This record gives sequence, C-alpha cells and structure tokens, in this order.
Amino acid sequence: MRIGVITFPGTLDDVDAARAVRFAGAEAVSLWHADEDLHGVDAVVVPGGFSYGDYLRCGAIARFAPVMTSVAEAARGGMPVLGICNGFQILCEAGLLPGALVRNAKLHFVCRDQWLRVENTSSAWSARYEPNAEILVPLKSGEGGYLADKSTLDELEAEGRVVFRYVGENPNGSARDIAGICSQNGRVVGLMPHPEHAIDPLTGPTDDGLGMFYSALDSLVAV
Amino acid sequence: MTSVSVIDSVSQAATTPDTPQPYRELGLAEDEYARIREILGRRPTEAELAMYSVMWSEHCSYKSSKVHLKYFGETTTEEMRAKMLAGIGENAGVVDIGDGWAVTFKAESHNHPSYVEPYQGAATGVGGIVRDIMAMGARPLAVLDSLRFGPADAPDTRRVLPGVVAGVGGYGNCLGLPNVGGEVVFDRTYAGNPLVNALCVGAMRAEDLHLAHASGVGNKIILFGASTGLDGIGGVSVLASESFDGDESAAGRKKLPSVQVGDPFTEKVLIECCLELFGRGIVVGIQDLGGAGLSCATSELASAGDGGMHIDLDRVPLRATGMTPAEILSSESQERMCAVVKPSDVDEFLAVCAKWDVQATEIGVVTDGDRLVIDWHGETVVDVPPRTVAHEGPVYQRPVQRPEKQDTLRANGSAALTRPSGAAELEQTLLRMIASPNLASRSWVTQQYDHYVRGNTVLAQPADTGVVRIDEETGRGVAIATDCNGRFCELDPYQGAQLALAESYRNVVVSGAEPVAVTNCLNFGAATDPGVMWQFQQAVRGLADGCVALGIPVTGGNVSFYNQTGDTAILPTPVIGVLGVLDDVRRRIPTGIGAEAGETLLLLGETADELDGSEWAHVVHGHLGGTPPKVDLAREKLLGEILIAGSRDGMISAAHDLSEGGLAQAAVETCLIGETGARIILDPDQDPFVQLFAESAGRVLVAVPRTEEPRFTEMCTARGLPWRKTGVVDAESGSLEIQGVTTLSLEKLRQAWEGTLPRLFD
Repeated sequence: MRIGVITFPGTLDDVDAARAVRFAGAEAVSLWHADEDLHGVDAVVVPGGFSYGDYLRCGAIARFAPVMTSVAEAARGGMPVLGICNGFQILCEAGLLPGALVRNAKLHFVCRDQWLRVENTSSAWSARYEPNAEILVPLKSGEGGYLADKSTLDELEAEGRVVFRYVGENPNGSARDIAGICSQNGRVVGLMPHPEHAIDPLTGPTDDGLGMFYSALDSLVAV
Repeated sequence: MTSVSVIDSVSQAATTPDTPQPYRELGLAEDEYARIREILGRRPTEAELAMYSVMWSEHCSYKSSKVHLKYFGETTTEEMRAKMLAGIGENAGVVDIGDGWAVTFKAESHNHPSYVEPYQGAATGVGGIVRDIMAMGARPLAVLDSLRFGPADAPDTRRVLPGVVAGVGGYGNCLGLPNVGGEVVFDRTYAGNPLVNALCVGAMRAEDLHLAHASGVGNKIILFGASTGLDGIGGVSVLASESFDGDESAAGRKKLPSVQVGDPFTEKVLIECCLELFGRGIVVGIQDLGGAGLSCATSELASAGDGGMHIDLDRVPLRATGMTPAEILSSESQERMCAVVKPSDVDEFLAVCAKWDVQATEIGVVTDGDRLVIDWHGETVVDVPPRTVAHEGPVYQRPVQRPEKQDTLRANGSAALTRPSGAAELEQTLLRMIASPNLASRSWVTQQYDHYVRGNTVLAQPADTGVVRIDEETGRGVAIATDCNGRFCELDPYQGAQLALAESYRNVVVSGAEPVAVTNCLNFGAATDPGVMWQFQQAVRGLADGCVALGIPVTGGNVSFYNQTGDTAILPTPVIGVLGVLDDVRRRIPTGIGAEAGETLLLLGETADELDGSEWAHVVHGHLGGTPPKVDLAREKLLGEILIAGSRDGMISAAHDLSEGGLAQAAVETCLIGETGARIILDPDQDPFVQLFAESAGRVLVAVPRTEEPRFTEMCTARGLPWRKTGVVDAESGSLEIQGVTTLSLEKLRQAWEGTLPRLFD
C-alpha cells in the first residue's frame, strides 16, 4: 500500500505524517507541490504546517499548487484523502470539504493534548475506531476554529459527516465543537488535531492517532 | 527613481582627509576613529565607517567582555576539550555525542529589540539563533527561550510579555521547530529591560561540520535568501541623513523601524534549501547574516579564510530603492545566508535554490591577497584588512569594582523575616507560593509553542529539561535546559553563576542524560559601571571554575550589556544552558509521578535553613538580602551519576529537581504533571517550614518503584549520597497530603497553580 504525503514550501509535519504511514505498515511516498504526478499512490495525506507562509489566508495559495489539481481529481474518483491541520484548511479552500477555519477564539496559538470523540466510524479514515471512542491527540494551531453557515452545519450533522468532535472545553471556538469532517462519500476527511503526532507514547500523548492510518489501509483493501 | 549621489569611494577618501565624519553618532569613540584611520592610512569611506562602527560595537566585538571571557579558554583542560569539535569563536559550539553524531547549540540575546517591538524583537531573536545553527551545517532540532519581564502585574509587562510570547511562537511554530523549554521569570529590575534569550540546538553527522571559511582562490561568494532592505539599520541611518540630501524622495525611509521584521516562511524554506545544499556537498564555507549583516558576513568569512575577497555590492538584490553602500552593508534584513562555492558547483547550487524558490546571487569571489575589497558600480568603496573589522576591534579593560552596597546586601539576611508557623499558616503559604507569578504554571505561555513538530520531542515543558531524539534507529538524543536565579547572582555573582550552572546541570541529569557541554547568555547592566563589571567578572569566573569542577566545557556564549534603566541595572542574569546526551531516549525519566503502580518518594540531597534570596522571601516579604545557598559541585556530579545509573537500570520512575519554591513546589508539580496524588512525610527533626520552602541546592525528588527501592537506596548509601524516604505516591487519593500540615485536593492545587498567568494576561 502506498500513501502519498505532500510537501509544499512551508509544510512542517510531512516527516511526521510519513512516519505515521510507515508505523501503520504502508509505504510513504513524498509528493512535491509542483509535481502533478501522484506517482501511483493509493491514498494521500495533506499534512500540517504553514504552506507558502499562510500569509494571505491559510491554504489559500496551496490549493492552486499543481499537485492539488491531481489530488482533487483523484478524490472525486474515491481516493482516500486526509487533510491534517493546514491540510484541512487546504482541502476546504480547494472545495473538497465545506466550510472554513478561522482564528482561535482567544487569538492565541494553542498547542495541547486534546480529547476527541469519534462520531463517524464509516469514513475512509475512521472505520477502525469504535463508535463514540474517545481519543487523545495533540492539537496545535492558531486558526483552528471551524466555521460554516447554519445550513451546512445542519447538513453535516444530518449526514453524519462530523467525524471528530472536541470533548470538554472547546479549544478554539469551533462551531458545534467540530474537530473534523468528511466528504459526502466519506473518502475525504479533514481535521485540525494531529493524529500523526499520536502514534507512539514516547513522542506523543498516546498512539490513538494510528487508527486513522489503519482505517485508510482497511478501506483500500476493502475496495 | 534611484537617485545617483556622489559615492564616497576609496580614492575620494584618500584625497579628502579632512571631510568631517559622524563617527560619534555611529557610536565610535574618538580613539576608535583614530585607530581606523591609522589602520587604513587614510580616512575611512562612508561604507568603511559603517562597517567598522557596527563590527566594533559592543554587541559584535565583545570589546568590554573579551578580557574576562578569555578565562573560559584558560580554564578549559584538554580532557574537557576532548569532545569539542568547534568552540568559542565559531557561530556555535559543536560537540561529539557519539555514534558519529555531532550536536551544536547556542543562545543569543535579543533584549533591547524585544522591549521596543516585542513581537518582532522576539521573533527575529529565534530566527537569528536558528541561522547560527544552520551556519554550522546542522539541521536545527529545537529551540528554548529564556524570558524575563518586569513585575507580572505591571502595565508594561502586559504589553511586552504577550508580544514576546506570540513572537517566539509565531516564528518558531511557522519554522517547524519544537519549542521544548526555557524559563519565564518576573522581577522589577527587568521592567524596561526584558530579557529575551533564544537557544537553538541542531545536529549533524560529525563529518558534515561546516565552518565559516572563505577559502580557495576563485571560489564564488553567493548571497541567498531574502532581499536586502532598510530594516534594522539603526545607527547607520545617520550616514544617509547626513550625506545624501538628494535621496529624500524615497518617502518614509527614515521612519522604518530599527527592529528587523521576520519572515519565518522564508527561513523555513532557507533551512530546507541549506540542508539540501549541505547534503550535496557543494558548500565550502557558510555564514549567516545576523547582526551587522553583510559587514559581518563578508569580513568574518574573509578573515577566517586563506585569501582575500572581492564583492560587487551592486549585485545584492534590494527591496528598497536608493540604498547606499553603507546601508546595504549594515542592513539587518533577516533570512539571508552567504556561502562560498566552487565555480564548478555554482550551477548546481543555483538550481537547488531555484527548486526551493530561494533567491540566490553571486556577489563576489575569493581572491589571493589579504584585502576585503567591495565595489559599487565599478568604484571601490571598501578596501580593508578583514581581520581588523571582524576580530581586531578595540579591547577594553573596563574598571572593575566590588560595589560598596554588596556588604550591606550580604548582611541583610532573611533570618529576621517572620516565618509561618503551624499547619494553617503553612498551608496558606503553600497556596500563595504556588500561585505566585514566578512559581505558577507556565502553560499559558508554553501552550502557544508547538512542541510536537517533527515528532522527536520526548520531554518538553513543564518537564525540567527538553529531550529530543536525534536518531530514530538507535534512539540517541539530547537533553537541554537553561537556568538562572538572578537574585542569587545579585547576592553573590560568583556563587550565583555556579548555582545557575548546578541547576541547569541538575535539570539535565534528572532526565537521565549525561551532561556534555555548556553555553551561556550573560545579561548584565552597563559595562561602564565598575560594579556591573565586577558582577560580570565574578559570574564568568564562577561559571568557568564550576565547569572545571563538573568536567564539561563552555562551547560558546553571548554577552548582553547595558540592560539597565538609569542607575538601576537588571539582576545579574547569566543564563546557563547545559546540553546532555541520552544514548537511548526511551530510558528518559519523566517529571510527573504515577507512571508505575506503587512508587516511593525519596528526597536526594540535604536541606539546610537556606532562605536568603528565596522565592519565599521575595513573594511574602519582598526581601532580597543575605547569602545564597551553598553550592557543592562534587555533590551535583554525584547526584548526576546516580540519576544516570538509576535511569539505565530502570530504577527511577519519575524525578523532579528542587529549586525555587523548594520541596513544596516540587511536590505540587510532580503530582499535577503526573495527575496523581501523593503523601509527603516530613522529617520530625527539622522545621517543617525549612523542609518545605528552603532552596538548598543539590536536591532531587525521585519516585522509585517499590520493588526497586532497596537497590536504589543501597546505591545512594554506598556512594555517599544522602537520601531520605519522604513519602509515597497515592494514586487513589486525588490529593497531596503533607502529613501533619495539610491535605489539598489536586483540583484545588491546580486552580491555584494554573490560574495565575491566564488571569494576568488573557
């Protein structure tokens, strides 16, 4: 199984995402922002960081990178795509997921270990979890507040597309405590917290994040 | 439109010896200016004057500290030097940590800019130290920041602290470097003089060490990274305003801040670009552009090489119009590096830069001879012996005088202060202490820093030390901590520096790491004050002698003088960073208890009635006077050996060093960090207040699994380390009981400990 990890200029957590892919037993393939070729990967992770410095608006420039054209096309064809943090912002900017991410309620960057509840266990990136499992994963972002209009939020809820929800105090003012959502077909998932930093209790709070990568492998086998 | 002014060329300078020059405005003394004329045999050009003035500044030349800093070199033995691959004088010290890995680390102050413009001052402080590490050929691994502010509730602290914290975070987070530790300290002397000391640690394969050498005649000089602008020019703008009347059309240029503005994205890309260049082996020498910009980079590269250097300054890409040669040479625009590259490698070098969208320009060449020659549109504006700019600046033997007030200060001990007595007062004191600004939880600050990025952080704040894995295969990694208690240094700068060293050393060994090297960031008041110079001299000697006792070398450092407002200098603040090595980070000792079911708490070391200069005297009585705690470096070393041995054999499940706030603070923290309750049993033969709040050095609170207790305590006894069974971990209780004094729920403790900084700064 080959999972691509994209590097834009300013991407930071690409090494971590690649490590998580390897921990899950798959091959991590580096994808370069300027290269349209997805090199035959079976799934793609859009990792965290500050693509192009995020000076304009998070993810606003990255969505125009050549590699994103191919990712969007592949996603429409059902390829599992995971956007983490800046990756989530990029997927929203690219129109692969609805809504937007705005500055944290207290306007500070927040780095902390965050409890999440897994509310959708049928997406390509969450099927391995028990329904309503609570997992502890790092959250680290300055613009992590999920925002969408009421009808979009209602639709996400009604279709069971809220995949992860913050447990306890809302860390960033996200609408309805939303931490992560998925596309209608459940193949594209975006979340603000960092599962790739929770793969080994030595370097993270838990290994709860590995479930997302195992889920993707399961979904690929199932296809 | 670029105005073409008359350029002050070398030939013009030779024929106009009597042109008045604004050397005083540039910070040069009369005799310094005379010396420049003597070196050159003529008056300097404006560009030369700009170079000499910035390079001979205190910040760049260490002119007041040099005579004292020599002591580090004089006291470093061959044995201490054994693992040093590069030391003082390079961009950063480098040590061999085994398995073919070399580690480089250095701290630098960005104090004054952070007072003027807290966000950018702190941000560019991080950016600068990271480039120093890159200039050694290393991949930066992590940063730490050591911060000091005025009183926590002072209005100006509300301006400075949030900006500094956001700047450290904003730059470091975007750069993708985990922030793994540091300090936040409040004291009234830092009002108006905040200290922002940033430390960076990096790693490389030992054979990849790059030094700042411009060697090989014909090799090209390539400037890469950001364009050069008017930011950070500071004093040199005097030249522009005095000499270039025709240039006022560039509206607003004089209003530019003298604090530089950082662009962390550009730096992140520059890091990846540099690492790819290093990896391809096409860099002969490299130098970062920090303070003094191109003046520093060209003169240092040239004087460290085996030849001269020729630069065509008009090739430097600019982002402002009408910049003069002097301004270009002095600009401190961030995110720039300068490399020496073989002609045959230039195309490959430029291709790598293009891949990363990094601007790169060939600006010069290594020449034979020994001059640094800089041309501007065909006219020579600089022609100097580079060593006279970079290394042969003035050296001052400033007057040194122990201040008279020192005796009064020493005589005014804490013994006369009213101490709490009885359980109720002790409980009240404990709650007040843990909520006081210097002891309260730092999470309001540290939550703004990414400590996870790159996935190698094994320990980070609130742990005593940051631990970062370097090699994923073997688990080899480093531990790093910074520390300084300025109040102890005020009472006795020699002993205070040794206490700072001891504490930083202890912070590293409590993780199980073996200390290998020391760096420092020496923050003091005005060098022109003989009392301040005495503090400085004493601190340097204390630190150097302490390093000999511990057997580890100082590999680099930084000096910041003139941290004072009027006659009030800051507390002498020699921040000491200690680097340790863990052959396998999986054996690191965590700070919080509760990792194992059934743990015994042991207090290693001895507690004496030492409360002079303590946090208790400060918080409760606003008092500073007396004698700092005794320091016994042989004991610290023994303590370290025992902790390292305990870590190797899996005998220790948690360890936390005792420092400010004493045992009470350490017990509260180890419970709250581990989210586990405990019971402390005090020694019936010693005053409970002293046991709880004294700040005697050389002490560590350890948790050992009950099964390991006999083996561990026997080892301590056999090796002569005093220990006392001081309690047990009690996971069921959800509280900290100090027997006979109080029982406080973890919830109540957490509210007190974590509430303070959010209340002050949210």
